[in-house]
Amino acid sequence: MKDTTLVVAGLLTLSAGTFAFRFSGPVLRQRITFPPWAERLLEVGAVVLLAALAATTALTEGHGFAGLARPAGVLVGGVLAWRKAPFLVVVLAAAATTAVLRLLGVP
Amino acid sequence: MCSIYRTLAGGTLRDIALACLAVWFIGLSYGAIAVASGFPLWVPAAQSVLVLAGASEFLFVGIVAAGGNPFAAALAGLLVNARHLPYGLALPDVTGTGRGWRRRLLGSHVMNDESVAFALAQEDLPRQRAAYWACGLGVLLCWPAGAILGALIGRVIGNTDAFGLDAMFPAVILALIVPALRDRVTVRAALAGAAIALATAPFLSAGLPVLLALAGVLGVVTSKQAAR
Repeated sequence: MKDTTLVVAGLLTLSAGTFAFRFSGPVLRQRITFPPWAERLLEVGAVVLLAALAATTALTEGHGFAGLARPAGVLVGGVLAWRKAPFLVVVLAAAATTAVLRLLGVP
Repeated sequence: MCSIYRTLAGGTLRDIALACLAVWFIGLSYGAIAVASGFPLWVPAAQSVLVLAGASEFLFVGIVAAGGNPFAAALAGLLVNARHLPYGLALPDVTGTGRGWRRRLLGSHVMNDESVAFALAQEDLPRQRAAYWACGLGVLLCWPAGAILGALIGRVIGNTDAFGLDAMFPAVILALIVPALRDRVTVRAALAGAAIALATAPFLSAGLPVLLALAGVLGVVTSKQAAR
């Protein structure tokens, strides 16, 4: 490992900064009174962030394509969720589909 | 904390437990990868407790192991974690602001993708609060537990991708936002945001594409003003 002091400093920077992001949201929300339309926009914004996170973690790995097996599994999970299948079924079906596809040699 | 059990239906608690189990599995591979890249056990252990945000920790370990400067790695990780600011703005008062400092600090620290998604999926504030805390505390236990065990048993774990575990995180998030996506305006914004993130992911550093996805919300504003 590189110089331990440097790694500790980097680790603490990441920890403190991440905590600052987490802490400031609720504080700002408490201080500022948002009009109803802005509150709605913030709520849609959270869903947009989560959707983008699901899309990028399903389809990409680093800067490239993640291969077919993972997005196929997530797609199966998504269809099941849309059809109101239980959460447990959705998540396990996604993992099982991906695992079986990889077993069959799909990247 | 026993109010969590009274407030949440058994089904929701079981779902949260499954999400935490998925986090534990990812933690195993994180700890194993960190040790395999030459870090001593305390690095993934400390990170998993203090940072408590998986993607940024993987990135930090990856950049430093490849010879990068730890500060540059921390900045890259912070870019990935910047989404927690809009999360906090969007959530109703689930962390318990104004209920004493200790609760507030812990409530902020347990904010993560899963706890936010579980909170948003609930119908009323008491349930949102209970789901947020149950999932947040569950992840606070499972992520470090997985990371430390993974670092200890290291090579034994092998390739967790073979079990399709990498499909679990996006499936968990997707399953939790599907109810919100039944709303026409929300689904349009979410699709636009996901398209922006996917289109920019090949060029931009990790974290930025997801932040840029927020522009998907702008479509909602303009379409609403046009409708008026």
